[in-house]
Amino acid sequence: MKQNSEGLEYNNSTVKMVIGRFRKHKLAVASLYFLCFMTVLAILAPIISPYDPNKVSTSFSAPPSLAHWLGTDQIGRDMFSRLLYATRISLFVGFATTVISTVIGVVLGLIAGYFGGIVDIIIMRITDTIMSFPYILLVLVAAAIFGPGLWNIILILGFVDWPGAARLVRGNVLSLRETNFVKGNIVAGMPNRYILFSEILPNTIGPILVYATSVFAITILDEAALGFLGMGVQPPTASLGNILNGAESITILTSKFWLWVPAGVIIILLVLSINFVGDALRDAIDPSAKE
Amino acid sequence: MYNNEDNNGERKPLVVVSELKKYYPVKGLNIGKNTPVIHAVDGVNLEIYEGETLGIVGESGCGKSTIGRQIVALEKPTSGRVIYQGETLSDMPFGCLRKIRTHIQMVFQDSTSSLNPRKQVYDILAAPMLYHGIVEKEGLNAEVNRLLDLVGLPKSMKYRYPHEFSGGQRQRIGIAKALSVKPRLIVCDEPVSALDVSVQAQILNLLKQLQDELKLTYVFISHGLGAVRYVSSRIAIMYLGRIVEIADTQELFDDPIHPYTQALFDASPLPVPKLRGRQRIVLKGDIPSSVNIPSGCRFHTRCPYAIESCRINDPELISVEGSKGHKAACPVLMAQRSE
Repeated sequence: MKQNSEGLEYNNSTVKMVIGRFRKHKLAVASLYFLCFMTVLAILAPIISPYDPNKVSTSFSAPPSLAHWLGTDQIGRDMFSRLLYATRISLFVGFATTVISTVIGVVLGLIAGYFGGIVDIIIMRITDTIMSFPYILLVLVAAAIFGPGLWNIILILGFVDWPGAARLVRGNVLSLRETNFVKGNIVAGMPNRYILFSEILPNTIGPILVYATSVFAITILDEAALGFLGMGVQPPTASLGNILNGAESITILTSKFWLWVPAGVIIILLVLSINFVGDALRDAIDPSAKE
Repeated sequence: MYNNEDNNGERKPLVVVSELKKYYPVKGLNIGKNTPVIHAVDGVNLEIYEGETLGIVGESGCGKSTIGRQIVALEKPTSGRVIYQGETLSDMPFGCLRKIRTHIQMVFQDSTSSLNPRKQVYDILAAPMLYHGIVEKEGLNAEVNRLLDLVGLPKSMKYRYPHEFSGGQRQRIGIAKALSVKPRLIVCDEPVSALDVSVQAQILNLLKQLQDELKLTYVFISHGLGAVRYVSSRIAIMYLGRIVEIADTQELFDDPIHPYTQALFDASPLPVPKLRGRQRIVLKGDIPSSVNIPSGCRFHTRCPYAIESCRINDPELISVEGSKGHKAACPVLMAQRSE
């Protein structure tokens, strides 16, 4: 049991150290609180939204009022409720896409970098191929083929976003493979899976996390772009993107700000705060970083 | 076949390096011609005996570190073999090699990159022991403490990260990691070259003391004659991928035969002022490229004793008359001696 308590103690101190360094970035801490706040709002959307997001009321395109805090849209749905549900969908798309693309990218990057040779060539040529397509066109074509929809958008974005992560991880692995501590572990007869996942992977976690946060941010933007073009999550389900879709019309853009400004502001704040958190994480996780 | 020697009453080598060659292709575009190769190690024969410290000395780029990497089987030789207890390492199936590997460990020059910056000392030392089943989980903590004690570090340091240590302390941890899998042979690849002089002495003394306690065998690779002389029982001098002279330490320093060995000794500063006026061999020019090795004796381009035949005949290591295990690859000077 003594063994256990000692093990726990040093794990705790590592975590404490990371948290301590993260806290020094005030902007990132504020961003994290904001993200948590938005996440809670998104999760609790069904409870806190004053109206059913798809329920049509009698006033169309009404400006903000006491009954409808952020007004109503063209067909009379409550904007505040729709925004809550839209944030929920957009965060979910961002999160799921990031997880899918990061896992694919990290695994392929590790394999390509560590084993090299023909495996590396095959994986990297696939990566190059995907990267050489115009990104938005590829996503649009895929969305047109498979049909727009929540899960299709997640899968399409997930399978298009991984090459960046794969390249990043591969590059890191290539340099880590030449370090003496990896060689030392080979000499000590440690198995490949240990060297890959326990020696090399922890040293690439920093860049992976930072990259993942940027993928998260970019995915939210991509979903917004797709929604704006009408190829994203389909109405009546609300997403930040398809709310912005309303701003295609010049009258709305110029005279009905409540239909697009709140959604735009939420996107900007989400993306900004995710990026701040990512930057701070990179500094916090590196044990040799200067205090 | 190597076991037979034992029956004849000779010392049994732990590792035999046989006709070892390692060439690296020169990177870059080479259209329409054969890829040039770097002859890092070009036909080396060595025996490493149990309990000894074999020093390997030579200029930068002479292939001494390459030999080290071949002995620990980090790279496959281009040709030739490294034989550990009768088994050729490069021919072994992967699973067997992994077990055998624990017998031959390595201590690296750069102690900063030889420890994973994300891991605490405890994890660095414990992982190989756990994987190879050297200790049970319950005994792990005690074993880590014992290893740290062996290399002279307080056990309270085990939860620190590598960057929290000084260079000398990191090198001690590097040694502890090598010791953790209970090796018989440790290849020390310039273990003290990156440390300052006072720390060098501490590490060298630690290596010697560990050798006595644990009956270790060392291959000590260095370009510093002083360090090699201090720890080695036998020394091999390398030049351009070949061993040019090998002898017991005392014998080598008393009676160096090969002109390159003499030049190396003459080039190192002497603490005794009286001897400073002595005649010295001073080498002119740079070490030739290991891509285009000179014909004949590869040292003839810089050798003050070179004669015509040196350009043509590639000399082999020949035993020196009346000595035990002293070999040199200079027929010219050896003929002069016997006259």
